[in-house]
Amino acid sequence: MNRFSYARPSDVADAVREGRPGDVRYLAGGTNLVDLMKENVERPARIVDINRLPLHDIDDLPDGGLRLGALATNADTAWDKRVEERYPLLASAILAGASPQLRNAATNGGNLNQRTRCYYFYDTATPCNKREPGSGCGAIGGVNRIHAILGASAACIATHPSDMCVALAALDATVRVTGAQGERAIPIADYHRLPGAEPQWDNTLAPGELVTAIDLPNERFTEHYTYLKLRDRLSYAFALVSVAVAMRVEEGRITQARIALGGVAHKPWRVPNAESVLHGETPSQNAFLAAAHAITEGAHGHGENDFKVGLVRKAIVRALAQAAAGTPQSQTDKRVA
Amino acid sequence: MATTARIGIGSPLSRVDGIAKVTGQARYAAEHKPKDMLYGFIVSGAIAKGRITGIDDRKARGVPGVVEIVTHENRPRTAWLDRSHQDQLGPPGSTFRPLYDDKILFSGQPVALVLADTFEAARHAATLVNVAYEAEAHNTDFDKAVAERYMPSKKRDNYIAPKKRGDPEKALAKAPLKVESQFHLAVEHHNPMEMHATTIEWMDDGSITVHDKTQGSQNTQAYLSSAFGISASKIRVLNPYIGGGFGSGLRPQYHVYLAMLAATMMERSVRVVMTRQQMFTHVHRPAAEQRVTLGAEMDGRLTAIVNEATTSTSRYEDNMENVVTWGLMNYACPNASGDYAVAAMDTATSGDMRAPGAATGMTLFEMAIDEMAEAARLDPLAFRLLNYSEDDAMNGTPFTSKALREAFAEGAEAFGWAERKAEPRQMREGRELVGWGVATGMWDALFSKTSAGAKLSANGDLEVSSAGSDIGTGTYTVMTQIATDTLGLSPERITARLGDSDLPTSPVEGGSWGAASTGAAVQMACQSIAAKLLKAAGKVDGKPLGSAGIDDVEFVDGHIVSKTNPAASVSFTDAMRAAGLNSIEAEETATGGISGMISQMRKSRNTHSAIFAEVKVDEELGVVRVTRIVCAVAAGRIINPKTARSQILGGVVMGIGMALHEETMMDTKLGRFMNHNLAEYHVPANADIDAIDVIFVDEPDPEVTPLGVKGLGEIGIVGTAGAVANAIWHATGKRVRSLPITIDKLQD
Ligand SMILES: Cc1cc2nc3c(=O)[nH]c(=O)nc-3n(C[C@H](O)[C@H](O)[C@H](O)COP(=O)(O)OP(=O)(O)OC[C@H]3O[C@@H](n4cnc5c(N)ncnc54)[C@H](O)[C@@H]3O)c2cc1C
Ligand code: SF4
Repeated sequence: MNRFSYARPSDVADAVREGRPGDVRYLAGGTNLVDLMKENVERPARIVDINRLPLHDIDDLPDGGLRLGALATNADTAWDKRVEERYPLLASAILAGASPQLRNAATNGGNLNQRTRCYYFYDTATPCNKREPGSGCGAIGGVNRIHAILGASAACIATHPSDMCVALAALDATVRVTGAQGERAIPIADYHRLPGAEPQWDNTLAPGELVTAIDLPNERFTEHYTYLKLRDRLSYAFALVSVAVAMRVEEGRITQARIALGGVAHKPWRVPNAESVLHGETPSQNAFLAAAHAITEGAHGHGENDFKVGLVRKAIVRALAQAAAGTPQSQTDKRVA
Repeated sequence: MATTARIGIGSPLSRVDGIAKVTGQARYAAEHKPKDMLYGFIVSGAIAKGRITGIDDRKARGVPGVVEIVTHENRPRTAWLDRSHQDQLGPPGSTFRPLYDDKILFSGQPVALVLADTFEAARHAATLVNVAYEAEAHNTDFDKAVAERYMPSKKRDNYIAPKKRGDPEKALAKAPLKVESQFHLAVEHHNPMEMHATTIEWMDDGSITVHDKTQGSQNTQAYLSSAFGISASKIRVLNPYIGGGFGSGLRPQYHVYLAMLAATMMERSVRVVMTRQQMFTHVHRPAAEQRVTLGAEMDGRLTAIVNEATTSTSRYEDNMENVVTWGLMNYACPNASGDYAVAAMDTATSGDMRAPGAATGMTLFEMAIDEMAEAARLDPLAFRLLNYSEDDAMNGTPFTSKALREAFAEGAEAFGWAERKAEPRQMREGRELVGWGVATGMWDALFSKTSAGAKLSANGDLEVSSAGSDIGTGTYTVMTQIATDTLGLSPERITARLGDSDLPTSPVEGGSWGAASTGAAVQMACQSIAAKLLKAAGKVDGKPLGSAGIDDVEFVDGHIVSKTNPAASVSFTDAMRAAGLNSIEAEETATGGISGMISQMRKSRNTHSAIFAEVKVDEELGVVRVTRIVCAVAAGRIINPKTARSQILGGVVMGIGMALHEETMMDTKLGRFMNHNLAEYHVPANADIDAIDVIFVDEPDPEVTPLGVKGLGEIGIVGTAGAVANAIWHATGKRVRSLPITIDKLQD
């Protein structure tokens, strides 16, 4: 861990001002940032501790949506009555992640901005284009069991590890940010990015920009939804693959289906065109399979993660069945529903 | 009297060190802070093989607080001979010497030690030490290494060569049923909760106190003494509390050497703690490949066993394990042979991890046995009973006891095995296939020469002590119980001491011999105190006990009481006062006795277990849940059913990890383990563990060790992964022969 200076502003304007000079990192729960600093992966010259900013609340929006403060913890968000009732998919996805202790410390803004769990990214003795642009990608041709099968590039095959973000993608959330240029609202689909030739950038946040909140639209998927996560042990492991489904079924037909995938790409993976394959269909294995193939078109592995291609398709089919039947995956009963 | 019987041997006394541990009063190696202590931070190497061509530490030295940077270029001299660097448990070879020269032998090898006034400065400076290398071609691909497997010319001390019987090749050629399978086990790391750490206290008089995370204080003491050429009398090693070992602390690891190097160089106190990531740069359970060929008659009687295995080691030491002997010992079969060799790679030397050899070799063998049971169309338990061997089938010797049949019976009953459907894929619940599997576990019932001391004070307080360690297994508690039992004192009056090289001689804690060996020594020391007490009682006015001999009296609640006349008694205090004694001391050494040694040659001594597992596997997705385990153990006399059960539970959990989760993944291009943290090296989490039922079957065995105790630290892991793998086959019809069975291996 390097030496850094430290500031703890108490309003957003100050934080953004502090955040402007280069090599600054905002410190929220610290569950990811501090680990990375200990491993010398992150070497900020300056830490701006944002925990005193007034961004801890969860508020109703006038249009019936909900605003999740960037500093509301993952636990407070998942257990918030309004989230539980109106956005059970989000609650479920958050509870599928990490451990209770971590969720108590982790914040929504931090979760959005957490970095990949690629082994090489974490180990400064190895090559990694994301950590050190131009050094090469250790995972290609290396240990890549947990890596991407969609949207990867020749420079990087890392995945975004978040569970929460997969649900946010299915829910069409909006990320609110504030920077030197003022405020912006970024649709979640445009927030994270694919690695391309510049894998050092996980998302489209400009340097120094601060996430202040995540807005959830007033669209409720309370009956037909699920978050299905498959991992290397039954709890407390990152997703090998995960599927968030938000669906509407009217008179026995699917009128809307949103499918977001975790653990397979550099961002939560959604293909709206593939989702429309299901529109107007009655729920059936065949229809689900068609959608699974459509959304994973072009998926391919890099050796150790080849199995993910078949696994994610099966998981999509199962998740769609769970959502259609109104029997979402429990995050406490480890039996797959 | 009733009270002492309840708390002595056989009672579920709670861990006597439990409160100190959960309240944070137990201090571990890294929790000592002598004055003027320097913090050492290890710089780990980046390549697997080659040479250091230069170390640029200028930037690091510029960090405020940095005092020194130790490298192979400026380190103080240590002993020259290889032999001087060997520890009690080191396998044949040339022991790794940290910062010895410019050679890189494995990835993650320490290449420098930064010493600073604060931990933070040391850690930061460590990132600024620039090491240049000249890399050489390496191999860390186990499959490639196996192609060049070899039998070391010099064997490890405890290595047992498999003995051949009959003519297995001929028998195989004739066998109507034949099964030939190859199994694989991934490298595992021990991952004890406490990272390896040493705090060295540099005393004003030039003596050195070493607070070390080790499983053997005297092993570390001897090692440091010979490696650094310092008289052992000047080095005291303390390890009263150890946050788990599983074998990782059997040999002195490089942290203690580095701490000592720095302390002698600076003549100051030093602390060195490995990071979790660095915990993946030393000892580990070797990777293994095992090929089992079995022949049987149509009725399922085994006629041939060929058991061949290879395990990984480093280029500089030949770590050997007893992998193939277990299968040969456990099954009645007229023709059997084993073949074992090691495969060298450019890694750190592998080493003992909970039930070394057996956890690998017995587990994988039991997976092959299951395949033969299938071929013979027999229930796997019936198959095992059909081929049951009363004697040690490899050595042709009887066991001092073997209640495996009882373990099978009681385990099967508790599990409900009789309801099992013979064919795979026949039991299901909703979308899940249900499978039941069984396996046998086997481990040595070891005894190791151990000394213990006892000291009774005039106020009736007793201290019992030995240099051994309690690695979390309950040794303190067992010592207390044995002393309670022998001298009739309540546990509150007894203090058990361990983890100090000044205490009576003890071997390292490992191999599950602690309870049997330390226990026996404590009993002897207490018996010796009893004799001295009785003698002192003779000085009491009026001789209330007359001429009673030791067999005529009992020791109850601080009194010596006549067996024939309970009214006649003398308190310990009165006896000691009458004899003018302030305290009574004794030190005894348990050797297992002459008769023990003779029967040790003529009889085999083993612990056995029967493990039953239930798994539920999502048919489409391949998600596995281990929903039930019954582990029935035949381990002689159980001193403390509570700590004993905990040992088995821990072993079973680790076995589930071996079956489904644990694997250190190697990047063979870089020659480096990559998932070196606890987020990506998976051990079972709470959700992975469901019902575990532990049964101890009755197995009186006065012969095996002086107390009839066999030890329990390791048997719980042996075979467990086999039972789970066999259950997965029964659920899915799929034989996965490579552990751990991760979800990818269950995809079509
Ligand atoms: C062992 C382990 C297991 C885990 N398992 C899972 C899992 O299964 N699923 C899962 O989804 N997650 C998992 N996590 C990750 C966890 O969810 C994240 O670490 C956590 O959400 C990060 O939140 P934080 O508040 O602690 O962020 P911090 O560590 O404080 O910050 C993370 C990053 O976000 C930036 N940041 C934080 N807040 C803001 C903001 N408001 N605006 C702009 N940038 C910001 C920081 O600068 C930093 O770069 C696991 C973590 C650990 C350590
Ligand atoms: S996959 Fe991406 S993060 Fe991982 S090593 Fe390659 S470049 Fe780095």
